[in-house]
Amino acid sequence: MKAITANRLTDGRVIYRTLEGQWSIDITHAQHMNDNEAEAILPLAETEYAVAVGPYLIDIEADGPGGQKWRREGIRLGGPSTGSTRVLAVAQEIGAA
Amino acid sequence: MYRYTEQDQTLVAERIDEFRDQVARRIDGRLTEEQFKPLRLMNGVYLQLHAYMLRVAIPYGTLNSEQLKVLGGISRKYDRGYGHFTTRQNLQYNWPSLTDIPDILEELAAVEMHAIQTSGNCIRNTTADPFSGASADELEDGRPWAEIIRQWSTLHPEFTFLPRKFKIAVNGASADRAGIRVHDIGLQIVRNEAGETGFEVHVGGGQGRTPIIAKKIKSFLAPRDLLSYLTAILRVYNQHGRRDNLYKARIKILVQSLGAEAFAAEVDEEWQTLRDGELALPDAEIERIRAFFTTPSIEHASPLPEAGGKAFQAWVKQNIRAHKVDGLSSVVISLKPIGGTPGDATTEQMDIVALLTRQFGFDEVRVSPDQNLILPHVRNEDLHAVWKALVDAKLATANAGLATDIVACPGLDYCNLANARAIPVAQAISEHLETEGLSAAAGDVTIKISGCINACGHHHVAAIGVLGVDKRGEEFYQITLGGAFGVDAAVGQIVGKGLAGEDVPAAIGRVLQTYVEIRDDNERFIETLRRVGVSHFKESIYA
Repeated sequence: MKAITANRLTDGRVIYRTLEGQWSIDITHAQHMNDNEAEAILPLAETEYAVAVGPYLIDIEADGPGGQKWRREGIRLGGPSTGSTRVLAVAQEIGAA
Repeated sequence: MYRYTEQDQTLVAERIDEFRDQVARRIDGRLTEEQFKPLRLMNGVYLQLHAYMLRVAIPYGTLNSEQLKVLGGISRKYDRGYGHFTTRQNLQYNWPSLTDIPDILEELAAVEMHAIQTSGNCIRNTTADPFSGASADELEDGRPWAEIIRQWSTLHPEFTFLPRKFKIAVNGASADRAGIRVHDIGLQIVRNEAGETGFEVHVGGGQGRTPIIAKKIKSFLAPRDLLSYLTAILRVYNQHGRRDNLYKARIKILVQSLGAEAFAAEVDEEWQTLRDGELALPDAEIERIRAFFTTPSIEHASPLPEAGGKAFQAWVKQNIRAHKVDGLSSVVISLKPIGGTPGDATTEQMDIVALLTRQFGFDEVRVSPDQNLILPHVRNEDLHAVWKALVDAKLATANAGLATDIVACPGLDYCNLANARAIPVAQAISEHLETEGLSAAAGDVTIKISGCINACGHHHVAAIGVLGVDKRGEEFYQITLGGAFGVDAAVGQIVGKGLAGEDVPAAIGRVLQTYVEIRDDNERFIETLRRVGVSHFKESIYA
């Protein structure tokens, strides 16, 4: 199955297009489509440039992004796999000291 | 350091007003993304995986305490409490909202900073030796020249839409810490037989998918001719550079296809039409800019401290660099805590370094291409106080120049272009080498990691390079050996097939263990590697 994802114009956050034609940061609200439906709806999503930047299709499975780009889309969904968490822990430690 | 004139301030202020209007028009739909994208990029605004990224220019890596404090304050107010220092001596914020960026730019402008030309096919921030004006091996401070280049190249109408981005480096020391041989143009300050200083000019170096070491096209360029000669190079490139193929658009490809001699001949021909014109640098202007860049002098010179405890002495041994002024030292503040994110600093850490810069650092701090911070001028008697404050700030890792001082690009954790993650691999290598005692045992070794072939992590010029690639949805990491960044610049050789990420730390550990076992006395890793050959280490990697 496919879903449509993009980045939100105002803050760049990852968003997904819903069945109602809205955009949500919650992937569980993403519309799941077969290939033909997805190809048909993507041009419509591309006209919504006042909300969504750079919409494109992703493979989606019941529990999240799938296909060959699963890792990239998983990181888009869940945030950096590392990095900010450790540095923020240091900040908290310094702040607490 | 250089201070803005009224004209500089006006230019930056007008640019912010312009960008604020562009953002407003994008938000209300008057501009499409296709129209807006080149405008935001020219102001350093990228759209990455999770958010916008703002790249702030730190001219030739030089900051004062007030600027660093503001950078930290912005990370607290508009971002997530940290910033990322890059291999190009800039700072990147990973989470700003587009709607906040004009306000961020206002705060930057208040301390004479901006994000202009940190993206786009224009002349980018000039790289300089982070120890400029301080190092004991320096012939001349490169920063005045970097500043002259900055002023000449800022909003230069002829060079705003080049075939591709363009990077210049200036180095004034005998060691090359600016990487002049892997820049589009590299300028090495030299002295001629008459005792005059000028520039040796290297052209066509670069990394990315086609790594090439620059060719020397001029042995001595007089200072007055700097801008006319740079203009001639840029003109030849602008005219003949490949605009039809993104992957062949950098000047390195042009120099390679024409040949360095033919390229130099074309540049010389163009230069003859320019050299005595308005671009000739007057001595008075050179002196005016030079006057902004001074090296502190002190009345009483103390030696390096010999007490202070084992941990302090380990830090002095590893993180202190010789200064040209007796009684002063340069301090490397490692942004590479064991298992940490290379180049990241929290708001609190930036605040503390800003305080140290003001209190002990003659109000100067630098960003290095190794993603560390440097206090270039510190009195030897103040080193212990600086170290104590750095310990409290978790910034006293004594690993500058060691194998755990790893350079890494943001990789797939942030970057839209990346194929594989770089930061987690760096963290795992760092932890493994420290646990095994190999960081200290192996001494001076560079490890650099890129998450894609664009090579922002400079893996090509690391003694041990790691390149992340994607194969049908799985991350693999190619190991390269034998690269070098400095005077002996070289591109590392790919050793063999890629490894899974989890196998990389142990493989690098085995390479270093092999080195420790076979090295001659005082032989550095790169020297052993050159003596025995890359193939000698292949077995260690794939054991």
